[in-house]
Amino acid sequence: MLRVDVAKRLGEFTIDASFASEGRVTGLFGASGAGKTSLINMIAGLLRPDRGSIAVDGETLDDTARGFHMPVHRRRIGYVFQDARLFPHLDVRGNLDYGRRMNRLPEDGALWRRVTELLDIGDLLDRRPGKLSGGERQRVALGRALLSQPRLLLLDEPLGSLDEERKEEILPYLVRLRDEAGIPMVYVSHDALEMRKLASRIVMLQRGRVTAFGGSEVLPAEVAKIA
Amino acid sequence: MFDISPTEWTAILLSLRVATVAALVATPFGIAVAWLLARRDFWGKALLDALVHLPLVLPPVVTGYLLLLTFGRRGVVGAWLADHLGLVFAFRWTGAALACGIMAFPLLVRPIRLSIEAVDRRLEQAAATLGAAPWRVFLTVTLPLTLPGVIAGMVLGFAKAIGEFGATITFVSNIPGETQTISSAIYSLIQTPDGDAPALRLVVVSTLIAMAALVASEWFARRALRRLHGN
Repeated sequence: MLRVDVAKRLGEFTIDASFASEGRVTGLFGASGAGKTSLINMIAGLLRPDRGSIAVDGETLDDTARGFHMPVHRRRIGYVFQDARLFPHLDVRGNLDYGRRMNRLPEDGALWRRVTELLDIGDLLDRRPGKLSGGERQRVALGRALLSQPRLLLLDEPLGSLDEERKEEILPYLVRLRDEAGIPMVYVSHDALEMRKLASRIVMLQRGRVTAFGGSEVLPAEVAKIA
Repeated sequence: MFDISPTEWTAILLSLRVATVAALVATPFGIAVAWLLARRDFWGKALLDALVHLPLVLPPVVTGYLLLLTFGRRGVVGAWLADHLGLVFAFRWTGAALACGIMAFPLLVRPIRLSIEAVDRRLEQAAATLGAAPWRVFLTVTLPLTLPGVIAGMVLGFAKAIGEFGATITFVSNIPGETQTISSAIYSLIQTPDGDAPALRLVVVSTLIAMAALVASEWFARRALRRLHGN
């Protein structure tokens, strides 16, 4: 259960959004500039709301009324960025293992195998991020976030920097992830097709405000991208 | 010509020791100051920046004299350190290392600061979302990515320390075997009759050391870069 009720002023732009979602995949849908990334940055703790509260599974992460802000590294919220952000000085194995080391979790061979098989990244372990294709990089970023054993996974347009062919390559992995990983996700996209395929609940965002909430019926009728 | 005398050897080895200790001890401070200047906003930041650069623009003899006033046996800091930690700088090789470290500090800080500024902060954010506390983000992401700059800073600092003269001779004088570095040995030799040949030998040696340092830094930096971005 994810509860968000926040307001934040960013220059001329204001976000004032409130929703609660129980679904396995909550889709944050809207045009670029609607405030999607700022909103999930607040959930991740990278951005501090001016007012409001955020809670995951009953645990408060932000509550401005009490002046409470849990730092990013204590939230146990995985984040897959549009630009992957793999660590260039570590090989794929080092990137995948990073979250476990930072959270001082014991090694878990079964989880490691499950994630590397789910994402087909077992053959990439000794490579450096610089030697990966865009699609491979995004799969490793997904694996890295999963292996930190988060309670919630945020995906910010994970297909956004890929061409059509690569998108087709990654999308099935995301579907598998949703069905097999058992971690609730927040999926950000401006692509109605992706939303239809992945999200169970959809939060429609326009100019920083929630304009609709519900199943896929809130998406634009025609399966077309809004840019 | 290349028959280096024991006195000359003493000066060469002392210079190497002084410069190595100066660069090694100054590096952690240099990283801390570089990080503060690159990443933090605080009251007095401009002052700290100016203070770090001061040795670059002050006459070295002034820096040396200020060191003598503060770190000399009767200096505020010097007396305290001698009484409580048994650490004496005045007229010791440790004082030469202190003078060299301070003179080298601005050259050491600059490349480190630039490479910290060049680290992609989005990578640090990614590390935080994976559970890394700020100090671990620094140790596991920022510092490794800054490594080429740290090496460059250390080598520049070392080279500056090897060549330092004015502040050192003012602070700790020119005592053979204790504070007489290559530079002060050359200075003494060229004021002595028949000192030209030994002075020239030391000139060649100091040139070789400086070049070796530059070659080594190039090699280290290239290796570090390959480690960061290569296969």
